[in-house]
Amino acid sequence: MALPREARRPFSTSVAPLRRRTLADREDWLGRLMLAPALVYVVALVGVPFALALALAFSSARSGSLEFSWVGLRNFWTILPDPQFHRALWNTLRFTLVSQALVIVLAVTAAHVLSAAFVGRRLVRFLLLLPWAAPVALAAIGWTWIFDSTFSVINWTMLWLGLTKRWLYWFGEPQLATAAIIIVHVWRMFPFATVITLAGMSAIPQEISEAAVIDGAGFWRRFFQVNLPLLLPIITVAVLFGVVFTSTDLSVVYLLTRGGPYNSTHVLSSLAFQRGIFGGDLGQGAAVALFLLPVLVVVAILMLRTARRAEVGA
Amino acid sequence: MSEHSVTRGHGADVEVRAVTKRFGPVAAVDDVSLTVRGGEFFSLLGPSGCGKTTTLRVIGGFERTDAGEVFIDGRPMGQTPPNRRPTNIVFQRLALFPHYTVYDNVAFGLRMQRLPDAEVRRRTRDALDLVQLPGLENRRISQLSGGQQQRVALARALVNEPRVLLLDEPLSALDLKLRLQMQEELKRLQHRLGTTFIYVTHDQGEALAMSDRVGVMNAGRLLQVGAPMEIYERPTNRFVANFIGDANLIDGIAGGVERGRVTVRVGGGVVGARARGDEHAGAPVTVCVRPERLRLHASGGPPGALRARIEDRAFSGYVIKYRLAGDGLRLHAAVPYVGGAPLFEVGDEVTVAWDPDQAVSVGRE
Repeated sequence: MALPREARRPFSTSVAPLRRRTLADREDWLGRLMLAPALVYVVALVGVPFALALALAFSSARSGSLEFSWVGLRNFWTILPDPQFHRALWNTLRFTLVSQALVIVLAVTAAHVLSAAFVGRRLVRFLLLLPWAAPVALAAIGWTWIFDSTFSVINWTMLWLGLTKRWLYWFGEPQLATAAIIIVHVWRMFPFATVITLAGMSAIPQEISEAAVIDGAGFWRRFFQVNLPLLLPIITVAVLFGVVFTSTDLSVVYLLTRGGPYNSTHVLSSLAFQRGIFGGDLGQGAAVALFLLPVLVVVAILMLRTARRAEVGA
Repeated sequence: MSEHSVTRGHGADVEVRAVTKRFGPVAAVDDVSLTVRGGEFFSLLGPSGCGKTTTLRVIGGFERTDAGEVFIDGRPMGQTPPNRRPTNIVFQRLALFPHYTVYDNVAFGLRMQRLPDAEVRRRTRDALDLVQLPGLENRRISQLSGGQQQRVALARALVNEPRVLLLDEPLSALDLKLRLQMQEELKRLQHRLGTTFIYVTHDQGEALAMSDRVGVMNAGRLLQVGAPMEIYERPTNRFVANFIGDANLIDGIAGGVERGRVTVRVGGGVVGARARGDEHAGAPVTVCVRPERLRLHASGGPPGALRARIEDRAFSGYVIKYRLAGDGLRLHAAVPYVGGAPLFEVGDEVTVAWDPDQAVSVGRE
């Protein structure tokens, strides 16, 4: 009978045969392997397009042409004095700031309501998450019907309640179109912010609130002096995400107003799309799209620092 | 020390009358009645989930009762909210406000009462003096040690001059040395202030060392209330006997009851214990005898003594602990260790006896 290989070794001292190391035993390689899909995904879908956008912003590239030459900062110098660019930049800032302010107020309120015990709380929590889970395009189509010039449910309701005396053309007047875009941004972001705030609230021990109660703090004092400061780090995270998502969003403006009426609701991303894709000036489109990048980087660093300081302070 | 501003209050009487509190189908507190006298240090003692914290929260107004009522100084509390009761609480997890300084934490309650700034300052400083934390006013909570945080929580509760202070296992997170030190300080504070302290703990040593009286709870029910020594010496049932200190619980059949003593047939011997009063000849009874009350003899011993064999021996400083088996029983004995005195060896045959006055008959529940 043939002896097993281990037994044939004359000076083998091992009690149990050595098991061959598999990939699962090699943490360094296993870690790299498991990270690889995410890394490929980010490089292919974020890194490469970002590098292309950077290259295009400094080039004279046009759609339908194979010509490519470096033009330095010319695309930026072209857009900087452009009133339409100013309008898009201003719109990006105000849509973001106003919608995020509303989102935070609504999210903190909703989180307080949803943290209370009531019948059907789970269902309400589920329904609340729907806007976040729904595809943006589908939601925007729904909203175009809600704001439709003929069938608007909002108009009908407001007239019925006596809140307005005239039929509102939401996408026909700049102020109303602005309001409509902000409303949809708020509707999209507020479930996410609510869930984050709810998670933050559940991390605050109940006893902290009870300690404030026994010391005689009413609801508002408890809210402003105890709960809100403790929620600040998590709210900052929600705001950071909200700012980034809203200020870079193309779909809401594009699907609702396409920048109209009279180019009054363009944001940087929709203007970049218009100039780069419809207008064919890829260089200028990329320059418009990239304009907010340094601002967003600064915002992200500031907010993450604030969040960290608040945590350290806690 | 300027303690006057914090010592004005005098402890209030607390009566919990037939209180039941349910969470769904479970009765966390089941028909509990107890009276705590003004200025008393009273401990609610029991294992986790026995209902002691719920009882404390009912007294503080954080939980509504399903039945029964809480009275403080004879006044029914009904639905009185926590801030309108003459109580304050030190929570298990302290519940300090992490975004405030030590001073702001302690001053919080006074500011909520909209007291003048000068009074807030004076009373806050007095409270911090009282818990021996002067000089740390501007520290953040995260910059304090566990013991210091404990003192801030105490100061924050005491600054409002409650007549009843509720303490929910406030020392459980501290290490042993600090816990012993804080036990002494709590007792000293309570004695000085005269405030009624109701203290929840699962640590029987803590309850016995600090309390004027102890209430032992299990499964939502209050099983026995008494002075620490009384509960140790005369537990009324198996649970209390087992939970308070170490106990040998020996099941047997009652022989007879005479002059407050019951004789009990156990295995091959007959032992004696103080009677509860409801024993009768032939009835099953349980005798509780503490390990340090057992007397071990190499031979002889009193008539009827139990015979046993030493199964294990452990040295723990001032006592030698023996584990014994025999006559169908397993017993623990703790014999004071005296240097040079002969010790029993594992395997030795001994007789085991005790003074009947040092044992007690307990209920079997």
